[in-house]
Amino acid sequence: MASGPTTRRTFEPWDDPKSKPILRVSSVSKSYGSVTAVDQLSLDIHRGEFFALLGPSGCGKTTLLRMLAGFERPDTGRIELDGVDMTAVPPYRRPVNMMFQSYALFPHMSVEGNIAFGLKQEGLPAREIKTRVAEALALVQLPDYGRRKPHQLSGGQRQRVALARSLVKRPKMLLLDEPLAALDRKLREETQFELMTIQEQVGITFVIVTHDQDEAMTMASRIAVMDRGRIAQVAPPTEIYEQPNSRYVADFIGSVNLFEGNYVGGDGAPTMRCAEAGCDLSLAQPLLVAPGHRLWVAIRPEKLEISREPPPPGTLNCLSGVVWDIGYLGDFSTYRVKLDSGKIVSAAEANRMRLTERTISWEDRVYLRWVPQAAVALLS
Amino acid sequence: MRRGLTPINLTALTLGFAFLYVPIFLLIIYSFNESKLVTVWAGFSTKWYGEMARDDALIAAALMTLKVALLSSTVATVLGTLAGVLLARFGRFRGRTLFSGMIYAPLVMPEVITGLALLLMFVAMGLARGYFTVMIAHATFAMAYVAVVVQSRLATMDRSVEEAALDLGCPPFKTFLVITLPIIAPAVIAGWLLAFTLSLDDLVIASFTTGPGSTTLPMKIYSQVRLGVTPEINAISTILVGIVTIGVVAASLVNRRAALRRERDERLAFAKT
Amino acid sequence: MTFGAATREATRARWAARASLILKPLQSALDAFPPSRWLMRRLDRRALKGRLLAIAPPYAWLLIFFLAPFAIVLKISFAEPDVAMPPYTEVFALIEDAGSFFLSIKLNFSNYLLLIEDDLYLRAYLNSLKIAAISTALALMVGFPIAYAMARAPRRWRGALVMMMILPFWTSFLIRVYAWIGILKNEGLLNGFLQWLGVIGEPLTILNTDFAVYIGIVYSYLPFMVLPLYAALERMDESLLEAASDLGCRPVKAFWVITVPLAAPGIIAGSFLVFIPVVGEVVIPDLLGGSDTLMIGRLLWAEFFSNHDWPVASAVAMILLLILVIPIVLFQRHQAARQEAAR
Repeated sequence: MASGPTTRRTFEPWDDPKSKPILRVSSVSKSYGSVTAVDQLSLDIHRGEFFALLGPSGCGKTTLLRMLAGFERPDTGRIELDGVDMTAVPPYRRPVNMMFQSYALFPHMSVEGNIAFGLKQEGLPAREIKTRVAEALALVQLPDYGRRKPHQLSGGQRQRVALARSLVKRPKMLLLDEPLAALDRKLREETQFELMTIQEQVGITFVIVTHDQDEAMTMASRIAVMDRGRIAQVAPPTEIYEQPNSRYVADFIGSVNLFEGNYVGGDGAPTMRCAEAGCDLSLAQPLLVAPGHRLWVAIRPEKLEISREPPPPGTLNCLSGVVWDIGYLGDFSTYRVKLDSGKIVSAAEANRMRLTERTISWEDRVYLRWVPQAAVALLS
Repeated sequence: MRRGLTPINLTALTLGFAFLYVPIFLLIIYSFNESKLVTVWAGFSTKWYGEMARDDALIAAALMTLKVALLSSTVATVLGTLAGVLLARFGRFRGRTLFSGMIYAPLVMPEVITGLALLLMFVAMGLARGYFTVMIAHATFAMAYVAVVVQSRLATMDRSVEEAALDLGCPPFKTFLVITLPIIAPAVIAGWLLAFTLSLDDLVIASFTTGPGSTTLPMKIYSQVRLGVTPEINAISTILVGIVTIGVVAASLVNRRAALRRERDERLAFAKT
Repeated sequence: MTFGAATREATRARWAARASLILKPLQSALDAFPPSRWLMRRLDRRALKGRLLAIAPPYAWLLIFFLAPFAIVLKISFAEPDVAMPPYTEVFALIEDAGSFFLSIKLNFSNYLLLIEDDLYLRAYLNSLKIAAISTALALMVGFPIAYAMARAPRRWRGALVMMMILPFWTSFLIRVYAWIGILKNEGLLNGFLQWLGVIGEPLTILNTDFAVYIGIVYSYLPFMVLPLYAALERMDESLLEAASDLGCRPVKAFWVITVPLAAPGIIAGSFLVFIPVVGEVVIPDLLGGSDTLMIGRLLWAEFFSNHDWPVASAVAMILLLILVIPIVLFQRHQAARQEAAR
């Protein structure tokens, strides 16, 4: 997942109480008619972050981004950039630039003209504009394309020009609206790493909107998962994946098995009574709720161990069921197992050997188990 | 499926376009007729063109029409472009419904009503009737057409291109001049041409709003047509049709060549990736 | 992006580039001229004022030259004819009586009474509506197959076909109507052709009948019907018909249950564009119709130009407007809705 260079690992300004955020969004709301797109949302983003707004379409992430750019004005709340109130500042006076999903290159201007456009608005001398345009083109590795027109470029090249155009003004923050959505899969994966490299080179804070969780997980230093105009969770990718704070987040990122049940206290051995599982599930830690409280246990398919051999009696968190379906994905195989209660549970297993004959087949009785630390208990 | 040209479709196209074009071709052919009778072919001649060129009243009317058309289409283009931008970009403003009503109504309003209403307005305002009042009248109804053309182009234009300009620090009014206007320029030009031909063509509104001494070409033709069919009118018509056809065909050829060249560029760009 | 779309986009870009070449000197002149910078900044700071400045000119123009004139038509329809210039009496007058002023309003309903009493007008209104309705139906019947064939033609032909459909619209309306006189006359080309074929012995009387009027209207208004139809049909996804056929629907039925409903916006727009102006048509009934082809536009024209009775002409126009106001409002709603949908 978060496999950035080593400098990233220590980069955690959000945990540093002395760090002043570059962007502070405080209880911002925006509605269109009766639809609330963004609902009392607050958010801090720190200098140098690669921040991802992730969520399904219609969750308000694009509205939030457009409010940061100045295209929409919040109904209530305040947006502060580097300590300055930006709430009512129009887009053309904000030190923030945006890269559009459609790239929005000016069709009647050359690549150079496009990149120089923003600098010209600042009234910079021609000589400086020239050098900065050249720098920007070198940064996106299109040094010889300056004289071309946008329609003479391929999709990937257009994307780079759009990036260069929005970076050349050295904004305090770069907003990227689904920047890779128009690229095909392979190009998208390459570009993800390139974007990360460029971000580190220029040191500008990036805020990216995406509905693609892989994209967010790969690139972002932190992710905000959004749900119906609110933020469900803000955390680094590993935490979002391993420590989701709700069923919504757990379910949105990757796949997950959820078990519903009631808390059973107990000294040192907290468990959840679960009808779906057919047995009590033991939890890693005690929870601060009263016994009987409703909760959920989330367990990722790859963290389940699947085998045909019954485990020794007394094994914690052990379920049994029948193989219902097998999905072969090349690197992984997914087994869908039907428990005796009728609930379907997914388990994934890496195919470490070349698969010539399946050890587990349809209709086989199998046993699933996990260590309590591999699962997360959720209260909402 | 019924893709492409099935026999039925081909027949529909042939008959349909024959219906549209045969009358015009006949008109043109008989303008070269020697005989005074429009229906009897008596040999090739260009004498009616000479006759037409010597008709001073006709030439004066043609020049008057041209003057009115140039002025009115320019006014209509400026106002109509603004109106199109308002409809497509300004969202809801107070009085929008009335405004869009006033834009769409002239497209279908019978010309007799528009003509009479404008005339009575000019009389009430005490404006002397002449080419100036005709110009105002034509600008009024042509601006609706320009507005619709510009508005529909703006509706298909990617709005984020304008937003990108704003985002890069370009204020709204300048963005309109530097980004929007060049991009919608073909639509604005098309709107101007449309306004120009509408003005050239108009008989009814001009008849109401003109004054003594300001006879336009259609009025002149109309008064002659009511007296009967003459080859001289065929000759004028042929020239008018010829001018329009040459203009339209030339424009589309230029466009087509540009398109072909661009297509080659695109292929190259796609091939390189 | 398909290739065709990419090319169209590129052509547009090329035009835009040309336009910006023309606009560039203007723009740099504006940039170099300090007051203009100041003005633009002012305009943008006062965003609301800038908006107002953009809205005001077209709005004011339309109010003065499109809406206000109707109020005057209404006023004059209540005046009396007069031998003067302008040839009507004043409806509003300020009169002085014992030092105080009164606004006198003299409403004269006789113009409207005339429209009711003389059944000529009623017949003219009804006949106009009838002719408009029949010619709209005829135009739809003639136009639909053409629009359908255009929309199904190979893609590279479509541009040329649309151009051919628009071209007659750019050439003079009057000339196109005039062309039919030579064709439809008793000794005209059509009769000559039919006699040469031996189909008829005696020439048919077509010119100066209602039939000629229908031909002229359908001919003149055909592009107005075909182009909206074409736009609707061209947008239609052909795989819909394939899906219908795959689901066991016969082509003829698919035409009625898939194609026609999807073409409905085009049918509606085209019908309005033909029906409303035809109700007030003057030139076609005058040139192609007989003296008994009664249409209200022609009557209004005669009241105004021959009888110089401006008040009656105004009353006729007011009633005509009242008849058409419902279709006009419906048309405007339809256009506005389409505009919203296009966003």
